[in-house]
Amino acid sequence: MSNDVVLVLVVITALGFDFTNGFHDTGNAMATSIATGALPPRVAVALSGALNLVGAFLSLAVAATIASGLVSTSDVTLTVVAAGLAGGITWNLVTWLFGIPSSSSHALIGGVIGATMAAAGGHAIKWHGLTSKVILPAVLSPVIAALVAALGTWLLYRISRSMTEAARSHGFRIGQIGSACMVSLAHGTNDAQKTMGVITLALIANGTLGAGANAPFWVILCCAIAISLGTYLGGWRVIRTLGKGLVEIKSPQGMAAESASAAVILLSSGFGYSLSTTHVATGSIIGTGLGKKGAEVRWSVAGRMATAWVFTLPSAAIVGAGAEALARGVGGTAGVIVDLLILAAVAGVIYWRSRSSKVDHNNVNAEWDGSVAPAVPEPAAA
Amino acid sequence: MSWINYNALWKIILYGVVLGAGLPALFAVGLVSLSRGNKVQTAGGETESDSLIGGNPLGMLLAAICFLIVLVAIGWGIYEVYKIGHPAATPAPAPSPSSH
Repeated sequence: MSNDVVLVLVVITALGFDFTNGFHDTGNAMATSIATGALPPRVAVALSGALNLVGAFLSLAVAATIASGLVSTSDVTLTVVAAGLAGGITWNLVTWLFGIPSSSSHALIGGVIGATMAAAGGHAIKWHGLTSKVILPAVLSPVIAALVAALGTWLLYRISRSMTEAARSHGFRIGQIGSACMVSLAHGTNDAQKTMGVITLALIANGTLGAGANAPFWVILCCAIAISLGTYLGGWRVIRTLGKGLVEIKSPQGMAAESASAAVILLSSGFGYSLSTTHVATGSIIGTGLGKKGAEVRWSVAGRMATAWVFTLPSAAIVGAGAEALARGVGGTAGVIVDLLILAAVAGVIYWRSRSSKVDHNNVNAEWDGSVAPAVPEPAAA
Repeated sequence: MSWINYNALWKIILYGVVLGAGLPALFAVGLVSLSRGNKVQTAGGETESDSLIGGNPLGMLLAAICFLIVLVAIGWGIYEVYKIGHPAATPAPAPSPSSH
């Protein structure tokens, strides 16, 4: 059955998305710990990867949101899922190239929505669910995280004011390891679930699983491994923007930011909001800059990020819709294969572009000079 | 259907402040207690020590209590997440709502 070929392709693409989700989001948990020197860069990404693996198994609640809350499932076909994933991956890779911490969840949701609209029209979208479950939390969650982080930062400095600067820095670096681990765990419980939901959706669309089925164990396992491998690879470009670009961070601020992120993410999932870990982490980091006297928030960097956030849903939707239209134009299995070949080519070009301005564990903490890739000391240039 | 669930919103803010800012603050109290007895910032040019252990017994006890509360709260939080993530801990898995 040719459908099985498509299904296998869709599952591989979904795992590919999960992988980009992992490396795009390493920074959410680990950027501040790396920036303050609480953890060596490579230890940080390894730890975060392992905890994402654990987190993916810890909670299985969020997986259903993407499958049933946003689009009418009867209109979803394997081709739609493939096209949606193409939209999500493309946006993730482009923002990663520019070092912008945009939301992987929104990229995925945008892609799926765009592809569904192209396939079945606007009535297939649950607009109320989209607004109340995705767009409003996207606006509110960074603000709440910023408030909590600002308050936390103020408290930490106030309480620890009798300590010597060196002892304080030492103590909160230890605390940061714990709070960063909580964010990694929270990330696994949230973001790995979204890919599980999409693969389950594909299996249901194919008839392999009955409607309303839960994610099978192999899906959970594959998603957990894909996201933790991606996390381990480390999205150094995004880590750099978050850790060095927004605010210069000291260890008490790092711990305050991470604690705020972990609390807000875990609480929100508890209330059924599958929100963007990226938005929360960024809000926390800005908050920690606001909570410390004399700390400077680089609003130009923050503004660039906010712009990217606004464009995430529509951009991924447009790519998803384009991919769906193309796949339908070509038709059948060949259409999906054409989509995925183009996606692979785009990914290749972006990877090649990224090589010319490399950011890795060696230069991730270089002084912020206004660009993602630190200036390379060129031997001959003036 | 309302656009914003205010009930969830204020709870997220309240618990967020208690857990997200309160727990690190408690950790900070523990750090300060632990380092009690360390000599205060010296006026001279000598490099300050980054040692955290001050050696005051009362301070160490208070620190231990603070750190313990933080750890218990984190453990409880992880357990809650697990409980939410695995509803119906009974042998028969609850039938999930079927989608059409």
